[in-house]
Amino acid sequence: MDAIRLVEAAQLKKDRQGFAPGDTVRVHVKVVEGEKERTQVFEGIVIRKRGEGVRASFTVRRISYGVGVERTFPLHSPRIEKVDVIRTARVRRSKLYYLRGLAGKAARLKEKRAVIIPATEEPE
Amino acid sequence: MARKEGLIGRKVGMTQVFGDDGSHVPVTVIEAGPCTVLAVRTKDRHGYDALQLGFGAKKKNVSKPAAGVFKKLNVAPMRVIREVRLEKTERLQGYEVGQALTVGMFQPGELVDVVGVTKGKGFQGGVKRYGWYGGDATHGSMFHRAPGSIGASSDPSRVWPGHHLPGRMGGDRRTTLNLSVVRVMPEQNLVLVRGAVPGANGSLVMIRKSVKLTKAQQQKAAEKK
Repeated sequence: MDAIRLVEAAQLKKDRQGFAPGDTVRVHVKVVEGEKERTQVFEGIVIRKRGEGVRASFTVRRISYGVGVERTFPLHSPRIEKVDVIRTARVRRSKLYYLRGLAGKAARLKEKRAVIIPATEEPE
Repeated sequence: MARKEGLIGRKVGMTQVFGDDGSHVPVTVIEAGPCTVLAVRTKDRHGYDALQLGFGAKKKNVSKPAAGVFKKLNVAPMRVIREVRLEKTERLQGYEVGQALTVGMFQPGELVDVVGVTKGKGFQGGVKRYGWYGGDATHGSMFHRAPGSIGASSDPSRVWPGHHLPGRMGGDRRTTLNLSVVRVMPEQNLVLVRGAVPGANGSLVMIRKSVKLTKAQQQKAAEKK
């Protein structure tokens, strides 16, 4: 199996680690239209991450014009420019398939806020 | 019959490689060679042209007769010994006993054949083993996956030899033809070929230059890539 890891190592993208299921992300995908190449952004909630090594993928769900749309991307695909994390949420499972059955307000996720320790001095 | 140069190796497993356009290329990783030439068989002396190759070091349990053979050749004992047949005596030129063959003999884009022993499937019915269609599962068909008729009646009063019936499946020597080489990694003795090859991960395989295409066809295939 080490040989497999060796083969895959060169293709792994190191900047694809900082998000988890529940996060709202903006995926920048390169698309070819005719002769031109441009970047398309797909924004939504990560509902699944799966696979290991170069075969890993993740699925992003969004509501587009009232219709649920899910797109699965290969995590280390050269067609993906970058993945921006917009918001992180507190979720209790790794696969958020239950969101498919929910709509509108019910489909919201509780935001995970970073604990910010105020740097101000204590008043005496 | 194999009539091209090849190497003995091990199937490591499968993974994928990204193309420039983001496409996935399914590949099998094969750890091939280095193989030591243990003997050169020629038509004049032995009746056929072939290279005898050894693969993998054997440290324990080397029998005395085998140890003697390797000592005579002045090479370390090998775990696997196989012969690779060649079509012409001229092709043997340049090969000598003790020489090590490596994956350097394969180029990316080149077509190769991979020989292996398929995974054992045990005792299987005709639908899985021979691809029979089987009957309807529902609608009262009463005929599902059974063999059905296996021949005529009192004449011949027997089943013809070789008739397709359930039985042991898998564990056969099989060759996958014309797989293209995706990448060669000489330092690690690895070859990546596109697609699947017979056998379980870790099983012994032989990778050889394609026997089914002429040189012109090979070139054409290479250009297409």
